[in-house]
Amino acid sequence: MLVSLEIIHHLGYLEKEMVKSNTVIAATKEKEMVPCARDVLELESTFEKLEQELREINRNHAALRQNLIELMDIDSLLRMTEDFFEEPGNQRCSPNELFIAGVIKQERFPAFEKVLWRLFHGNFVLRHAEMQATEELQAVRGAVKKDVFIIFVQGDHVREKIRKVCEGFRASLYSCPKTLYEPKQMSTSVMTQMEDLRMILRRTEEYRAGVLTRAAEHVQEWGSKVKKMKAIYYTLNLCNIDITQKLIVAEIWCPVSDLTLVQSALIKGSEQSGSSVTPVLNRIQTQQTPPTFNRTNTFTEGFQAIIDAYGVGTYQEINPASYTIVTFPFLFAVMFGDCGHGLVMTLFAVWVTSQLTDVVIGGRYIILLMGMFSIYTGLIYNDCFSKSFNIFGSSWCVLSMFHPHGPWQNETLHEYHHLQLNPFVPGVYSGDPYVFGIDPVWNIASNKLSFLNSFKMKMSVILGVSHMLFGVALSLVNFVHFRKFQDIFLQFVPQLIFMLSLFGYLIFLILYKWCITLRSETAPSILLLFINMMLFDYQSEHVLLYRGQVVGSSLVLAGIVGGWSECKFTLSHLQNHDCALQQKWLPTAPGVSMGDIFVYQAIHTIEFCLGCISNTASYLRLWALSLAHAELSEVLWRMVLQVGLKISSGMGSLMLVVLFAAFAVLTVTVLLIMEGLSAFLHALRLHWVEFQNKFYEGSGYKFTPLSFDSLLKTQQ
Amino acid sequence: MASLLFCGPKLAACGLVLSIWGVIMLAMLGIFFTTHSAVLREDVPFTAEDFKGEALQNIYKLYNQVGYNCFIAAVLYVGIGFLSFCQVRLNKRKEYLVH
Repeated sequence: MLVSLEIIHHLGYLEKEMVKSNTVIAATKEKEMVPCARDVLELESTFEKLEQELREINRNHAALRQNLIELMDIDSLLRMTEDFFEEPGNQRCSPNELFIAGVIKQERFPAFEKVLWRLFHGNFVLRHAEMQATEELQAVRGAVKKDVFIIFVQGDHVREKIRKVCEGFRASLYSCPKTLYEPKQMSTSVMTQMEDLRMILRRTEEYRAGVLTRAAEHVQEWGSKVKKMKAIYYTLNLCNIDITQKLIVAEIWCPVSDLTLVQSALIKGSEQSGSSVTPVLNRIQTQQTPPTFNRTNTFTEGFQAIIDAYGVGTYQEINPASYTIVTFPFLFAVMFGDCGHGLVMTLFAVWVTSQLTDVVIGGRYIILLMGMFSIYTGLIYNDCFSKSFNIFGSSWCVLSMFHPHGPWQNETLHEYHHLQLNPFVPGVYSGDPYVFGIDPVWNIASNKLSFLNSFKMKMSVILGVSHMLFGVALSLVNFVHFRKFQDIFLQFVPQLIFMLSLFGYLIFLILYKWCITLRSETAPSILLLFINMMLFDYQSEHVLLYRGQVVGSSLVLAGIVGGWSECKFTLSHLQNHDCALQQKWLPTAPGVSMGDIFVYQAIHTIEFCLGCISNTASYLRLWALSLAHAELSEVLWRMVLQVGLKISSGMGSLMLVVLFAAFAVLTVTVLLIMEGLSAFLHALRLHWVEFQNKFYEGSGYKFTPLSFDSLLKTQQ
Repeated sequence: MASLLFCGPKLAACGLVLSIWGVIMLAMLGIFFTTHSAVLREDVPFTAEDFKGEALQNIYKLYNQVGYNCFIAAVLYVGIGFLSFCQVRLNKRKEYLVH
């Protein structure tokens, strides 16, 4: 529609003029109604009028300014001739003599002089003076320096020659008074003319400012109206026009539950615009895939956005966003795990959510949840700015290691630098583990990392395998919904058997080893057990974890068998499918043979098996990042805050004030922002790749209805 | 009164947030030091001589010293917080005056 293009052009010109003259553009506060077709014409005429007015004002302004410049030139010229005439010996000039006065750019003057010399062979008098650059002159003309010159020359046809030279040098010539008295008269008349011109210029500027200010009150409202109209016309252009040229037929996608809403909106629209035809809404069958539409509110919007960033879900497949609301902040928190930092993050998120309600930031609820979950995992890791809380009383007691209960004496402390608590000495370990989380004694133990690493690695594997099994379970839901029952048997069951027999067994070993009591010197390593199981290596010198271990390892065989079964069964399935194709329709691809399908399926099986292992290993990043965070936190405390705490003199408090400020700034920038972003990214990757490749297809396209809010937001 | 304003609105707000955090965290640290928490033992500056003679009382005295340092720092942060709060208010007043 050409109409709206013109309007946009006018509007752009208006806004440019306003910016040039520094007019304040008022922001609209109320939401305007959607404009109707009559408004288009009204706006168009308003804009045209305004633009014409502005252009005329600008033209007049430019012309007036030019006049003013000329008058200023004449004024300074007159002053110079006054000086010149007051020099002795220049009072009279003979009638044959001629003098010409003008203004030229200062940089051109030497060349001008040379040309005149060549022309008149030195038979002339040339005087020049720099024009005083008053402020007004500079404002009107700019910073160009100009010189006033006056030429005395004798001869007849010199006027034309000089005029040509001056034209060549773009010097402006002015008529000059011949006697002493004329300058004064001319000067006064020039002065009055200049005063008049200045007043007119001021009036012009005021008028223009008034026009622009009046327009500025409405310009934003007009702008948004024009944008809406453009969007409406663009959408209308996508519809078809009926044969009778009077109706518009549109094929739209619409959520089934909203059909009545759409119908009532159509009827309301037709009533408002006063047309006599009632709109008709029919449901039609189509082979096309509909777009994917997930209803979200402000809370779930952020999570849906991060799922859609990877791929919009295929029509009607299960939407992982609802589970992501819990699993994503949880996996983030496992990697972030510090209740002090989590508290700061939560407070920040609460502030953002409460203060900035008009600016919709989709991520604020994500950050709020991440912070809250971090407080929880921070309490479990018992880590607050790298220090632990001893709320419930530690289960370890160092005092019991001393005489009379235990082996240590007073001298033992002086002899050895490192001493190890022995849990089998009565009283050292109370028998009940710490009520909630990691025991605070580990914070001051020097072998803290050996313990925590083992714990976090095993925890990562457990969390990873659970997450992936959940993904596989979701694929079952997909199969049931799309009625692909053979796939349940051929894909879901082998996958499940494989994962459970291999990684489920690993988790069982981990949990079993955690629950029983072992002597740490003789405890078997789960990793070695697992490797030996895969290599079918059962030598009796290895201490077995439990009696039936040989039996347990046969489960692995089952897993491998299960994996291969997928290969065979899917092969036969595809064979049947191929035959069916050949019977019913044209053969799809003549080169497809049984061998190809077999190879393809074998590759798929191997990919799944190896993928399971690599994905499980990938979850070890949960351990790696939480270790990095804990270590960074400890380094920051030790290198920054501890320096201030260790000063015992009076200046200690002042140093503490300064160092605490540094500690706070570094905590926010390094630990909260950098580590936060890093953990966010890794949690996101775990969701997108390791979790979603078990069930998510993500090959749909999004349902994008016309929305004025998003339109105005994107264009602002 | 205008010359009392020496920092912009953002710096004053940062100062206020920092002071609140400082007051809370340093006060809690002070409490944990004066109750002789074992977790903070690396932050207390003891030397080998403290272990001779009245070892326990020496250690406790050092703990208390660090605790008092923390409390003094917390009080200083109350002062800084008050100053930042005044700056924030002055900035807001200046903002209203211009318009």
